[in-house]
Amino acid sequence: MTDFTATLPATLAVEAPISLKAQLRRAERLKKLKFGALIVPLALFLLLTFVWPIAALLKRSVDNPEVVAAFPDTCALLRQWDGQALPDDAVYASFAGEVDRIKGTPVLASAAKRLNMELPGFRTLMMRTAKAMPVAINGSARAALIDADERWGEVATWQYLARNASPYTARYLLASVDRKYDDFGNIVAADDDEAIYVKVLTRTFGMSAVVTAVCLLLGFPLAYMMATQPAKIANTLLIFVLLPFWTSILVRVAAWIVLLQTEGLVNQALMGLGITDHPLQLVFNSTGVYIAMVHILLPFMILPLYSVMKGISPTYVRAALSLGCPPFRSFWKVYFPQALPGVGAGCLLVFILCMGYYITPALLGSPKEQMASYFVAFYTNQTINWGMAAALSAILFVATLALYMVYTRLVGSSTPAVR
Amino acid sequence: MNKEHRAQSEAPHVTFCSVQKTYDGVNLIVRDLNLDIRRGEFLTLLGPSGSGKTTCLMMLAGFETPTSGQIRLSGEIINRVPPHQRNIGMVFQNYALFPHMTVVDNLRFPLAVRKLPNAEIDAKVTRALSMVQLGAYGDRYPQQLSGGQQQRVALARALVFDPELVLMDEPLGALDKQLREQMQLEIKHLHQELGVTVVFVTHDQGEALTMSDRIAVFDKGVIQQIDSPATIYEKPANNFVANFIGENNALDGTVESVDGDTCQVRLSNGTRVQASVGNVAKVGERTVLSVRPESVQLNVQSLGCANRLGGYVKEILYQGDHLRVRVELAGRREIIVKAPAAQHKHRFDTGDAIHVGILPEQLRALDPSVGA
Repeated sequence: MTDFTATLPATLAVEAPISLKAQLRRAERLKKLKFGALIVPLALFLLLTFVWPIAALLKRSVDNPEVVAAFPDTCALLRQWDGQALPDDAVYASFAGEVDRIKGTPVLASAAKRLNMELPGFRTLMMRTAKAMPVAINGSARAALIDADERWGEVATWQYLARNASPYTARYLLASVDRKYDDFGNIVAADDDEAIYVKVLTRTFGMSAVVTAVCLLLGFPLAYMMATQPAKIANTLLIFVLLPFWTSILVRVAAWIVLLQTEGLVNQALMGLGITDHPLQLVFNSTGVYIAMVHILLPFMILPLYSVMKGISPTYVRAALSLGCPPFRSFWKVYFPQALPGVGAGCLLVFILCMGYYITPALLGSPKEQMASYFVAFYTNQTINWGMAAALSAILFVATLALYMVYTRLVGSSTPAVR
Repeated sequence: MNKEHRAQSEAPHVTFCSVQKTYDGVNLIVRDLNLDIRRGEFLTLLGPSGSGKTTCLMMLAGFETPTSGQIRLSGEIINRVPPHQRNIGMVFQNYALFPHMTVVDNLRFPLAVRKLPNAEIDAKVTRALSMVQLGAYGDRYPQQLSGGQQQRVALARALVFDPELVLMDEPLGALDKQLREQMQLEIKHLHQELGVTVVFVTHDQGEALTMSDRIAVFDKGVIQQIDSPATIYEKPANNFVANFIGENNALDGTVESVDGDTCQVRLSNGTRVQASVGNVAKVGERTVLSVRPESVQLNVQSLGCANRLGGYVKEILYQGDHLRVRVELAGRREIIVKAPAAQHKHRFDTGDAIHVGILPEQLRALDPSVGA
């Protein structure tokens, strides 16, 4: 009896808020569903055209399907092989059988091409082996293979095969940071003549940083001016900021070539004014790339800056002045910290866009200015090496994500509480 | 202490001397302004929006420059002194607390700019915070505070560096009525405690009457009247002031004779009344008589009044402490009467004939053309 009276109020007290919450959820559910339904088409569209292709492409950076597809049984056996001595006869037999089965098909060709990437000469090896198949009815597969090419008698050859016996590989990702597997499967630095990607990535980041900095230096004063002018003047200025968007990027790049070339308008003007006596090299080098990139990306800096600055009331600076703070310091201590989210957003936007820029450096730069995206394009369009293209893209993607996280951390901590 | 302080320093703290201000070169926002602000006083600039009161404040703060004329602070011309060198505290309409700084950092700001030693800064900040009863809120950011708390922080920030002059630009406009009345008292008490000169801009006449030592009523860029709240209310200098401050009944008439401070006025319905002279002087001039609703006596209370008029009760509105009675006088002229509820409840009803009495000193004859 006493137990009963003691527990009853307690359960009531616990149950009441839960049922109230449940009621609220039920009441809100329909509303949430309605709002959710509004964005279903967009969500589907994004999933199909954006999320899925990116995921598929990123997967390609670790994909390694060719060898497994050609020799599934051999690969299964090789995965158990210790890699020390030559594999046993079963492996030889299975391999010989599988080579014979796919002889002359594109499956063998692509596996041979893939292995040739690992070790030049593998294609000839495969073709020669295929020609020697099938093995005579009572003959030994091992003898037949070694007879076809003596490299089948070397452990290293089998190691290359074994290393590609898994459907996934880190090879492309390693290659895009100038690393590779040596003959024993250790990760080592790539040979000097192959080690170009770290340089390319550093250049990509460096050029992006310079373009971002220049955009900020040029864009900040303009955005500030626009934010402090009356709406009529600000809107006119805004149209001028947006004007470059009215023409295609290709046209703008072409225009820069015309303007900046040795006989171009800019050089003629400089020489006419007596600033220089010989034409300056302004295009097909880093100068040209920087000029055009800054020009193209400037609006992406100005717009976020402007939108944030427009929300900062001029009374803040007035308040700082009335408190005895000199004008520049008032600006720096009171205005600038409030403009920081805009600075962050603008820099992030410009930097990320810059990292992926392809057409401008490709047309206005020399080989020394080519950025990571150039090599992505090179691998997709010319050598059809999806693995490398995807690996380089993955690295850019990860860098972008990392940057975004740094940004949210920085801006998140400088803007307290809810705004 | 306030009064002694004032007596010691007779020289005005701030002087506006023939100050004019125009933004477009055509319309004068402030015209020929002459104003002395006494040291230690609480002066309110009151007026409708666009009357030039805020512009005056901004010129004093240094955010606007006078088109002509001089502004002196403690005798020195400050027309060309930039705002950050004026040492004037200011409370802004929306407080303008720095959103990226805590309350304490907001208060430290003016002191750090002045490069005071840290220990002194801490002491001053603590004192200022306790002065506005926000000692426990130092680590909060402004947006985590309520409107009234933000208002207090703004006040503390404007006072923490001990300025002799504090400007307030409609600081209570964003608060609800109850909080506003509470803050009015707090600001008034702070002023009495600290003895600083305060120039306060508002368009709320109740606020002006409650807080000020003197009120300057602005309209069309000109000070219409500057005087103590009581004088402003009881003896409005012109028709604008009479209508702008408090409730006002206006009766049209013509001046028949003037005798010193009093005059005889014939109302448009022919009745003769005695009134005190406001800003009319000449016999035969048109005048508008101004009387406050609470100065009109009804029935028995009107017996002793020199001016007694007859009328009908058109409407009675019960307001709790008083009745608002709409009375139609002869000639279809209506006046509003505020009568104490306790005295008049059940004494008359809508449609009753009623006597209305007004003392001559509470009926002011004003020039209808000035400040209309």
